[in-house]
Amino acid sequence: MTARERGAAIDIKGATKRYGNFTALDDVSLHIEPGEFMTLLGPSGSGKTTTLNVVAGFTDLTAGDLAVGGNSIVALPAHKRNIGVVFQHYALFPHMTVGKNVAYPLTLRGMDKQARDRLVVRALDMVKMADFAHRYPSELSGGQQQRVALARAIVFDPPLLLMDEPLGALDKKLREWLQLEIKRIHRELGTTFVYVTHDQEEALVLSDRIAVFNQGRIEQVGTGRQLYDEPTTLFVAKFIGESTSLRGTAQTSGNETSLTIAGQKIVANGKLAGGGKPVVLLRPEKLSLAGTNTPPAAGQNSLTGEVSEAIYLGSGSKYQVTLRDGSVAIVRSSLEATPFSIGDTVDLRWSVVDAKLLADDDRADMTMT
Amino acid sequence: MSQTSHTPTAGGDHSRPSGAVQGPQRRLRLAAYPSLLAMPALLLLIAAMGYPLLTVTLRSFSDPAWGLQNYVWFFSTPVNVTVLWRTFSIAAWVTIVCVIAAYPYAYLMTAVEPRLRLVLILCVLVPFWVSGVVRTLAWVILLQDSGIINSVIRLLGFDGVKLIRTQTGVVIGMAQVLLPFMILPLYSVMRGIDLRLVQAARSLGARPARAFLEIYLPLSLPGVFAGAIIVFILSLGFYITPALLGGPRSTMLSTLVQSQVLSLLNWGRGGAMGVVLLVATFVLLALAAPLMRQRHKQASRS
Repeated sequence: MTARERGAAIDIKGATKRYGNFTALDDVSLHIEPGEFMTLLGPSGSGKTTTLNVVAGFTDLTAGDLAVGGNSIVALPAHKRNIGVVFQHYALFPHMTVGKNVAYPLTLRGMDKQARDRLVVRALDMVKMADFAHRYPSELSGGQQQRVALARAIVFDPPLLLMDEPLGALDKKLREWLQLEIKRIHRELGTTFVYVTHDQEEALVLSDRIAVFNQGRIEQVGTGRQLYDEPTTLFVAKFIGESTSLRGTAQTSGNETSLTIAGQKIVANGKLAGGGKPVVLLRPEKLSLAGTNTPPAAGQNSLTGEVSEAIYLGSGSKYQVTLRDGSVAIVRSSLEATPFSIGDTVDLRWSVVDAKLLADDDRADMTMT
Repeated sequence: MSQTSHTPTAGGDHSRPSGAVQGPQRRLRLAAYPSLLAMPALLLLIAAMGYPLLTVTLRSFSDPAWGLQNYVWFFSTPVNVTVLWRTFSIAAWVTIVCVIAAYPYAYLMTAVEPRLRLVLILCVLVPFWVSGVVRTLAWVILLQDSGIINSVIRLLGFDGVKLIRTQTGVVIGMAQVLLPFMILPLYSVMRGIDLRLVQAARSLGARPARAFLEIYLPLSLPGVFAGAIIVFILSLGFYITPALLGGPRSTMLSTLVQSQVLSLLNWGRGGAMGVVLLVATFVLLALAAPLMRQRHKQASRS
């Protein structure tokens, strides 16, 4: 049996959950491949945790279907689903030792003591906590508790592991180290992982694919690279990585859209399929700064602004440029580029092909969590 | 106080050499001896508890003459031993009834929305504000042979049940009066139990009943023990309720003490009864202590 075959495929179809007038999940559909590391990413209240609770069996669906390994599990109660769950606050049983905690799912399955002990040791070894079997959870640090919780969730070899912001309560250094541990464990087990987080960096580090949630819907599903380079909505573009969005008076001619911003005209390839208001989206590393006296190259757009913040990062520099319409652009430049300082009047330059045309959306501004 | 070089002595030292820093030092003095802050309560306890208890104990050995005659009398009179045993048995029954009644109620209090919780808390507290005598008289009305309970039972076609002036009646009345002392500690412990632990147990494969028995129940036991001890100890000393609801066959020790001290003016024998009750209670508590010792700390909710 190869590692990939041990994980189960998950199919969420038209999942809807309403609480009175509030719609927590709005017709969510998502397919997860066996053995895949899928991250549900979104701000708080976006429906990602609700989705996880639905899969775990803690929350019933108002409508829709849910299948694990091809079989619908909507009607199954949580204890019959055989799914591992890791909670944000560890949820270790405080009255049991680490060993008893990890053995609990095996005890429930009526396994004899010898087989149980062997699996407990194996699971604790995997999270590097084997020396702590006789300790109580209250005697462990947060990171250690979370590793025990992980061991408890994988010890019964579930085909699917759900993790609800498991590193949310830990400090940055520990979080980064545990991210790599989780990645390693995922590789070793071959189990399907569904991971909930609001931290886009964490999502990029861990995931095979990311589903971006917003207001109870999935905005886009794709690899980190796809979401960064080819966002389909302004919300996704702003949630993943840094970006600059430009708005202005729009005109469409042929397969080209132009925006007039404070008297200056810029162009972008393509046009919006719907009737929405267009926004030009630019990633910081696609932008460059130039003195206003140098003319732009062919195929380049140019907008005049003033440097309002200049940060030296070692590997390069980061600038904030306030444009004439008041909007702020974020620019990352390499070490070789000409340095500018706060107050300088500069031209913001980029190639037409590097700009992304997206429909405007006020909801996209609610990305802060 | 770190700025003083000599060891501070209890009670404060007035011999400290005066200097520029004396102002702030004087203000800090109370904070340096937090035990001083407990003095008012301590004095009250000594005056209102310690002194009378000492007197009662002393008189049990000295009234009318020095010696153990009061204790010899207590244990050689069969009715005293019977009543002592009955007192503990009634207290145990009251405790059991309270645990059974309070546990689901306290759980409900943790599960409902805040406004309903307030109503539930008020339901516990309002009877608390009504005098125990009034509540006991209410039980007389309910439990008497022609009372509501018996009327309903007869209406259903059964024979009437003797409730008033029986031990059952006493247990019912006392359990109702003491119920808040069980519900409140239980609620405060249950409120601290992280319900995600039960969810976690379910995700690991535990049926709801098993998740309750193996996770929730053990974590709520400190509340059960705390409530049980309060109710049990208060039951041992109950006087009004057994006197009003009970009959001669449900007399509790406090009634005997009352008749010895107030009717027969026999302070020695009454004191001996009190001391026996006190010692028996301490022995029971010492036996129960290992049950309550917990190695783990309660996991906080957030």
